[in-house]
Amino acid sequence: MAGDVIRVLGLGKSYPTAAGEFPALRGVDLAIAAGEYIAIMGPSGSGKSTFMNLLGCLDTPSVGEYFLAGENVATLDKDALAVLRNRTLGFVFQGFNLLPRMSLQDNVALPLVYAGVDKATRRARARALLERVGLGQYAESLPNRISGGQQQRVAIARALVNAPRLILADEPTGNLDSHTSEEIMRLFGELNGDGITIVLVTHEPDIAAHAKRQVRFLDGRIVSDHLTGAGA
Amino acid sequence: MIHPMLGEAWLAMGANRLRTALTMLGMVIGVGAVVIMLAIGQGAQYAVQQTISTMGANLFIVLSGSFTTSGVRSGSGGGPTLSVADAEAIAELDGVVNVAPTHQGTRQLVYGAQNWSSQVIGTTPAYLDARAWSVVNGGAFGDSDVRSATRVALIGKTVAENLFGDEDPVGKTLRIQQSPFVVVGVLGAKGQNLDGRDQDDSVIIPLSTAQRKVFGTPFLGSVRMIMVQADSADNMERVMDATTALLRQRHRLRDDMPDDFFMRNLSAAAESEAATTRTMSVLLGAIASISLLVGGIGIMNIMLVSVTERTREIGIRMAIGARRKDILSQFLLESVMISFAGCLLGLLLGVGIALAINALTGMVVVISGSAALLAFAVAAGVGIFFGWYPARKAARLDPIEALRYQ
Repeated sequence: MAGDVIRVLGLGKSYPTAAGEFPALRGVDLAIAAGEYIAIMGPSGSGKSTFMNLLGCLDTPSVGEYFLAGENVATLDKDALAVLRNRTLGFVFQGFNLLPRMSLQDNVALPLVYAGVDKATRRARARALLERVGLGQYAESLPNRISGGQQQRVAIARALVNAPRLILADEPTGNLDSHTSEEIMRLFGELNGDGITIVLVTHEPDIAAHAKRQVRFLDGRIVSDHLTGAGA
Repeated sequence: MIHPMLGEAWLAMGANRLRTALTMLGMVIGVGAVVIMLAIGQGAQYAVQQTISTMGANLFIVLSGSFTTSGVRSGSGGGPTLSVADAEAIAELDGVVNVAPTHQGTRQLVYGAQNWSSQVIGTTPAYLDARAWSVVNGGAFGDSDVRSATRVALIGKTVAENLFGDEDPVGKTLRIQQSPFVVVGVLGAKGQNLDGRDQDDSVIIPLSTAQRKVFGTPFLGSVRMIMVQADSADNMERVMDATTALLRQRHRLRDDMPDDFFMRNLSAAAESEAATTRTMSVLLGAIASISLLVGGIGIMNIMLVSVTERTREIGIRMAIGARRKDILSQFLLESVMISFAGCLLGLLLGVGIALAINALTGMVVVISGSAALLAFAVAAGVGIFFGWYPARKAARLDPIEALRYQ
């Protein structure tokens, strides 16, 4: 399907261990269309993190093909992958991963630095996105001045700053209490409403319930793939 | 691209100020030593050039030697063993540019109501050429003045000031030993010689006039000293050897008899003083290079620690789109900035110490812009050379492992 943001065919990944090759991912086929909101679930060791790393172009597959926005990722070198991550993807991590010495505004603007955007535009876009996530008044503060939930909202603003087609969120609520988690999930829902494709990795069923589609991993394979009816 | 990175490098340096300062210390000492080395080395070079330019280049003097009468030996210059004819013979040798027989001594000068004691030099016009001494007011005397023993005088700046004050001395008559001399010219300023004597406190008159009217001489035509100028520094030794052979032959000295004259290489005296100073600056250069090396290794060490500490940060940057060269230049910039900052402090330290050396010992120091440029080039080189490995290590990190790093 031409409109697919993500299309993987027979994707596999093995890691060398003392006991020989360990297959973390054993032939996965999946297509994610533009505008989808999909949760990837599974117990630890199921291969979902490996899959996320491959989707995020942070790692390269052992076998199979991965098309991101129509581009065959296997043909790209490390720097081209960095550019692809910068332009097409937004990452949201469990541990927020803000740079501690930089103001929130500079944190949000950092992907634009690597994109070669000029300073005035960087400031304006970062400020606008901080306003969007409701933290405009903290623009000049350092990350350690705000709460975990607020930090995650800053991280989402950073993921959005280069107008990506896809957001990859790896356990985004794993370090947050249930009330704050609800706020973050509401924000993801709004972004999806704006047309951004969201891939969410989680092991919590109530978080996954916010997604429109759930894919379950077990032992390196997809064992179920169904629509939830959420937000429909 | 570079601009936001400068700010980040500055932040990173400021995040651990004590560590950054200690890391810089090696660079500070190294660059400081480079600056002092160059200041002293160039100062020595300058001082020698000054001395040679006031004294004249490639000069040696022949002094009339001791003679022995009934077992009593006179000192050098005690006997009338050199003559004007010797000087004329030396002038015929290959590689000799100027030869000036001279006779000098201290005499009282009188002009009107003023009097002043000064060095009186009786010589030939070649003396002015050999010493590169110019006449700034009036003109020099010529060989005809020497032949006819005219009473003309060239006076130095100090003499002019003390005897004539604001008057123009040219054409005026002063007295040396009761004899009237017409001042025909004023000599250009020379300053102090190697021994610290004021060379401008001199009067130059024709040799023949000096011998007849001022000093008197046991035998007409004998001189105390002959100044000889060779055409090049390389020829000095050859010319001195030839002069020795010539004088021994002219004085009919048998092989078993000692020389009845002395020779002194004036340029060598100045050069040897410079050589001592240069040795010192070579020593400083060795300290400087070792210090820069150690400083560079210190920077490499700290940058490696920094890369390890910031592994997670590097992972985050890579995840959001930093290419390898972005990471590489970030860390390279940081090490270059540390070494530049160290260089700047070292420059200030070096200049301060060089000025202090000058103030305390009077040693000539020359602080040049090229020395500062060299120091900065060295700092940039050290920063890039020793920052390269840690920066490359950072750029080659695997993004997933870097992100997982705790």
